[in-house]
Amino acid sequence: MTTAPSELESPEVDEAIELSPPWVTIVWNDPVNLMDYVTFVFQTYFGYSKEKSEKLMMQVHKEGKSAVSNGNREAMERDVEAMHSYGLWATCEKS
Amino acid sequence: MTRFRKRKKTVIVSFAEHESDILANLLRNLVELLYDGMPPRESMSSDPLAELLDNDGPTSPPEDVVLQRLLPDAYKTDDHASAEFRRFTERGLRDGKVSDAKRVLAALEESSSVDDGIVLEPDDQLRWLRALNDLRLAIGTRLDIKEEDDYGVWEKLPDDDPRRLTYDLYDWLGYLQSALLHNIR
Repeated sequence: MTTAPSELESPEVDEAIELSPPWVTIVWNDPVNLMDYVTFVFQTYFGYSKEKSEKLMMQVHKEGKSAVSNGNREAMERDVEAMHSYGLWATCEKS
Repeated sequence: MTRFRKRKKTVIVSFAEHESDILANLLRNLVELLYDGMPPRESMSSDPLAELLDNDGPTSPPEDVVLQRLLPDAYKTDDHASAEFRRFTERGLRDGKVSDAKRVLAALEESSSVDDGIVLEPDDQLRWLRALNDLRLAIGTRLDIKEEDDYGVWEKLPDDDPRRLTYDLYDWLGYLQSALLHNIR
């Protein structure tokens, strides 16, 4: 048995974890990769629909880059590694 | 002339003999480049634990510009994180690219005696697309093709330009990749 504390301490919240933004995988435009191939990679690896894949591909093409996936850092490193295996130029960063 | 045709889930590709030889040579060069300065893992058994953990890779980018493009940094502004990523992934990425190239090479070598084309199952199709893409990246990087380039300039290179033959190969590889994709979809 113990007595109740006279003053409730506020629970400690690890804000760093709670507020940390998810990471993103960025695919960058490059002058070599064919547009159809980039779309195919998004469909094949991420399982995205053709429409979504084409939209992301066009964003890479027109805006120079696109965030193609998000999640924790480990998952994003896996995605970056996969993109490199397909020859796409990808990096990860905090969103 | 290279021909592709579709049969259910497979794609059948037929090459003229000289085309098959050209592609095989490009792939051999790619394999050699990928193993340059980094021999295949089988031959390095000095540290079995490191091999098991797969963390014995390099920590700095390759010197060759083509390898830099095939194995880019994973972080734009964090060199330390890029180095760590490389340490854990670069060997595997090189091995994967070599394995794709070798699969295509093996198919080309097997088919040289028969004339009814190479049958590509779905897994082969993926490996062929990746290997063709790596070749295009390698040649495009060597040619220093830039996003802002006017493609008319490349298409109209004079015959005596030393880059002419290389650009034609690059163009042909683009046709192959595109035709293969078209038959997969």
